[in-house]
Amino acid sequence: MANKIYHVMYDDDAKLLNAAKHVVAKGIHVKEVYSPFPIHGLDPVIGVKRTRLAITAFMYATMGTTLALAGMYYFMIYDWPMNIGGKPSFSLLENLPAFVPVTFEFSVFCAAHGMAITYLLRNETLPGMPATNPDPRTTDNMFIMEIHTSENGMSEGDLESLINETEVLELSVKTFE
Amino acid sequence: MHREAAIREPLILGHKTYKDITDDVVGPIINPAPRPWYILITITGLIALYGIGCIMYLIGTGIGVWGLNKTVDWAWDITNFVWWVGIGHAGTLISAVLLLFRQKWRMAINRSAEAMTIFAVIMAATFPGIHMGRLWVGYWVLPLPNQFGSLWVNFNSPLLWDVFAISTYFSVSLVFWYIGLIPDFATIRDRLVKPLPKKIYSILSFGWSGRAKNWTRFEEVSLVLAGIATPLVFSVHSIVSMDFATSVIPGWHTTIFPPYFVSGAVFSGFAMVLTLLLIMRKVMRLEAYIHVKHVEYMNIVIIVTGSIVGVAYLTELFVSWYSGVEYESYAFINRFSGPYSWAYWIMMTCNVISPQLFWFKKIRRNLILTFILSIVVNIGMWFERYVIIVTSLHRDYNPSSWGEFHATAMDIGIFIGTIGIFSTLFLLFARFFPVLALNELKTILKSSGESYKNDKHH
Repeated sequence: MANKIYHVMYDDDAKLLNAAKHVVAKGIHVKEVYSPFPIHGLDPVIGVKRTRLAITAFMYATMGTTLALAGMYYFMIYDWPMNIGGKPSFSLLENLPAFVPVTFEFSVFCAAHGMAITYLLRNETLPGMPATNPDPRTTDNMFIMEIHTSENGMSEGDLESLINETEVLELSVKTFE
Repeated sequence: MHREAAIREPLILGHKTYKDITDDVVGPIINPAPRPWYILITITGLIALYGIGCIMYLIGTGIGVWGLNKTVDWAWDITNFVWWVGIGHAGTLISAVLLLFRQKWRMAINRSAEAMTIFAVIMAATFPGIHMGRLWVGYWVLPLPNQFGSLWVNFNSPLLWDVFAISTYFSVSLVFWYIGLIPDFATIRDRLVKPLPKKIYSILSFGWSGRAKNWTRFEEVSLVLAGIATPLVFSVHSIVSMDFATSVIPGWHTTIFPPYFVSGAVFSGFAMVLTLLLIMRKVMRLEAYIHVKHVEYMNIVIIVTGSIVGVAYLTELFVSWYSGVEYESYAFINRFSGPYSWAYWIMMTCNVISPQLFWFKKIRRNLILTFILSIVVNIGMWFERYVIIVTSLHRDYNPSSWGEFHATAMDIGIFIGTIGIFSTLFLLFARFFPVLALNELKTILKSSGESYKNDKHH
């Protein structure tokens, strides 16, 4: 059966949010939403799960802390201890206060860059990638809700009349085999 | 939707729609630049070229062309470095700390303040770079395996902490700024018609499409980056202050330095943001987005941080007497009555007295006075670093080594040059980048926009 993709356009974030609630209540799955800015309260309605990026940031930070301490232990204690004004140069623990700033900075460095790279990869936004928003107006002032007929048991006529119950501005339909 | 008290002043004036916000920001990028922009960039470009010329001369000849001598072996170079890093701090404070506090007024100013941060940190990093003399071996500050045996950089040194702090600060600020820019570049990309500019902004926008999941991640990443940039910004200037505080020079080795430097940094940074934005809002017609209320908020930050700086000056003076250390006492008596007392009193007037004028509502809501005072504050903050550095050094423990510092044409030329480079970069930013955070402003339009607040339509 041919899969039809409905792009339902709204001119206001609140209208889209109400429409999404309306169609979801009827058991329709909203495949995607394109908007010029984050719409608060939309994610639970269309079933977008909370991102785990913050957890990755913590993991990268831990990696940074470990690397920084291991590195400083190797450079300053193990490989070539330097006697600078009699400061402790023979044990990591006693030399630790002087290592706090670099440990902190390097942890932040790893957390920020690690998370940013993960974010770009997960979003599939990288230099030179083509834009995939269905209408150029969705980065300006329009809001699009994408519904696939193949995911929903409802007939096309019923789906269209359901969509028309909302404050829709434009509706475009694409057919895929 | 989030509601805001009716008595709170709106943050976006007039009857703006989402489309108006896009038009107001993207318009200046698409349309030809106005004549004043060309005039300004010519002037700043010439100053920048002169500065680059001075830097080339310095690198070619050696740092003897500066006025440094055996006694005062740090002067304008590190003064300029600390001044520029300090200016940078406002951008991160606005974008990160105010994000954590959910201050909506930051959304109109964060983009340009962050740009200012990045350019200011580049200017700051120039100074330790060229002070090395041989810029091309600058990578020796990193712990790299080398051919000199087991020689590593010294991780006990605050100067090395600074290398890590500044490079982390610069790169994290850049990433934070760029992640916010990606959706706005996408907005410009979708507006443009000409193929070449469209292609350029398409590459810059990384193919951003504004999917629901992308926005969820975007908000999470912004929040976490703000969360880690907040301790980072405090750590950076603390570490800069430790360049001095861990030494044994009277007037430098005080425990008050980290908080004192951090508040001084925010103080000067906000002043610089005001200087730039008061011009930018006028030239780019952004009066509806950056208006008197924003200026008032920033002036309140200036009162708070300026007062902390004032208290720190007085505390330093008191402790130098109360400590009973004669060298310490002398350092401070010499500061306000010695050969550099003129600099001390410029600093006191500009940094302690002038910000107190903002207690008057009429003054802190007056744009012309704010503009003048913002420049006064930045002059004062430059002199603060000059006073701390030069007056502490010019009187050695050994009186036969006493000396004075006199700036040379190269000292002045390089400093003025960095102001030129900074301004040129900022002008290029204002011409080709979205100067307001479009996607963030649109989220507050309904809660803080004038026409929505007063229910004039909708």
